[in-house]
Amino acid sequence: MRLSVTGIVKRFGAVTALAGIDLTVEEGEFLTILGPSGSGKTTLLKAVAGFEVPDEGQVHLGDQDVTLSAARHRNVGMVFQNYALFPHMTVAENIAFPLEMRRVSKPEITKRVGETLALVELETYGARLPRQLSGGQQQRVALARAIVFGPALLLLDEPFGALDRKLRESLQLEVRRLQRRLRLTTLFITHDQEEALIMSDRIAVMDQGRIQQIGTPADVYDKPVSRFVADFIGESNLIEGTAANGQVVLPGFGTLAHPDAPASGPVTLLLRPEAMRVGAEARAAHCQAQCTVLEAIFLGLSIKLRLRPEQGPDLLARLPLRPSDPPPAAEGSSVLVGFSPEDVHVVPRG
Amino acid sequence: MSSPAAEREGPARKRERHLLLLGLPAILLLLGLFAWPVLRLLAMSVQDGTLTQLERAATDELYVAVLFDSLQIAGLVMVICLLLAYPVALWLTRAGPLGVALGMFALLLPFWTSVLVRTYAWMVLLGRNGVVNRALRDWGLIEQPLPLLHNLGGVLIGMVHVLLPYMVFPIYAALLRIDPDLSRAAEGLGASRWSAFRRVVLPLSLAGVGAGCALVFVLALGFFITPALLGGGRVVMISMLIEQQVRELLDWPFAAALSAVLLTVTLAVYAVINRVSRSARLATP
Repeated sequence: MRLSVTGIVKRFGAVTALAGIDLTVEEGEFLTILGPSGSGKTTLLKAVAGFEVPDEGQVHLGDQDVTLSAARHRNVGMVFQNYALFPHMTVAENIAFPLEMRRVSKPEITKRVGETLALVELETYGARLPRQLSGGQQQRVALARAIVFGPALLLLDEPFGALDRKLRESLQLEVRRLQRRLRLTTLFITHDQEEALIMSDRIAVMDQGRIQQIGTPADVYDKPVSRFVADFIGESNLIEGTAANGQVVLPGFGTLAHPDAPASGPVTLLLRPEAMRVGAEARAAHCQAQCTVLEAIFLGLSIKLRLRPEQGPDLLARLPLRPSDPPPAAEGSSVLVGFSPEDVHVVPRG
Repeated sequence: MSSPAAEREGPARKRERHLLLLGLPAILLLLGLFAWPVLRLLAMSVQDGTLTQLERAATDELYVAVLFDSLQIAGLVMVICLLLAYPVALWLTRAGPLGVALGMFALLLPFWTSVLVRTYAWMVLLGRNGVVNRALRDWGLIEQPLPLLHNLGGVLIGMVHVLLPYMVFPIYAALLRIDPDLSRAAEGLGASRWSAFRRVVLPLSLAGVGAGCALVFVLALGFFITPALLGGGRVVMISMLIEQQVRELLDWPFAAALSAVLLTVTLAVYAVINRVSRSARLATP
């Protein structure tokens, strides 16, 4: 079901946790709230789940105003950060719990628990206790328990935080596939920008109780609306310059004309490391500078360079690598670095 | 032959020995000042070479009846303590810092006063012309003073007052260990407050309930001062009979035999409570 949040404000004493949040998650959409800790994302989740009553604003699920409804009347499935599985109940009893609370008949419960266990590929684990399962399995049980009753909305509160990297990646894709298959309207909370990019239909970047930007992963990555978003998502080079007479003056790099640049005043340009041109490729670029290679970090698929220009802060560059390629630059050597207007994004000043 | 397994156990065993060393002073103290005298006392019950004293203590109708009364009183005290303590413990887990501080203060305050003083205080409160009766009469609620002292009611009030903290703390500790997200999860999954409590919080706190019950029951069974003073001779517990044998009749062997019976019953009850609460604990992490 469609979730819409309008004008949510929540204060704790003098601290404003949420300073007016407007957000819509369309039916079947996977929307991620991405933000650093303390950005208010958990408070927003609690307001949607019904564990926190907002001071102002409304929460609508479908056509219904649920702002003041108790959590149990909202029909929302939630996966907690630490899973919150009931330790004294077996896996099957955990998954049956929301159905029992809804007074579903015994045979129907057995059937649906079985189906849901199959869905998360834990058919043979029904009789085990949660503590007899691995972290990844517990996470799947928590997911099964949250979707078994056909919730109007699925909430995921940093559910992958406690898992090791490999398991996390496979579970992320598994959850994503399941969410698409069941067309579950999903609100996902994370501070991990990579995770947000992998999983989401849209991402809402939050900071200081406000949504800074909302858009597709490509939007927030390529066209961040503020320094904060540019810096928070992915690796970035933020190059400061000054606009005058239709040209942006970049110390050390010369000048650049950009359609999005203001007529005058300070300008911040975002240059992603993978957009940076290095060596022969840099010769045709509009802006060029000679840099010293401080570090060359081999990453398998690519190599990451930390570069020091004669003027200005250090820059990052990421170059794709194929096994046959010779190493592009050695540490301590000097390389030509450059970029053209189409490589950069003008970060709006807020 | 030194197997690699034995070598690996080496350091662990060494550490165990160190830990034992830390407990040694307390162990020696207990052995010398508690275990040894108790054994000496128990030995007295068979010092004439026969089991007559023990047989009399375990079969004489009077003493068996008092033992059953004692078990009943201890059971009642345990149940009343449980009913009073659980809500208090639950409230403590949800109260703010000030509430917790006040609650803890109120619970610990009685520990700073001797049981004797507290029992006399109850006598002042509950007597015929005590504070309670006088207040009720002054308000015109009663004509005749209520019999609050020198009966089972008075004994129960005094014993519950002394033993309540022993029930609150184990339950409070068990409740504190329960992740608050579990109740939240239950409510999010459609459970009412009550269902969330009954299906999740209550079962997870049973280990603490068991520990509190065992503690209170065992302590109550051997209680002496409070029932002696508040019961006014009309409520007799087994410990009072033992004291009578020692102090008035100077019959040490029979006092020893009664003590042996009390100890046996106490250990048996403790074993039962322990087994019940262990089966509850098995289900919790």
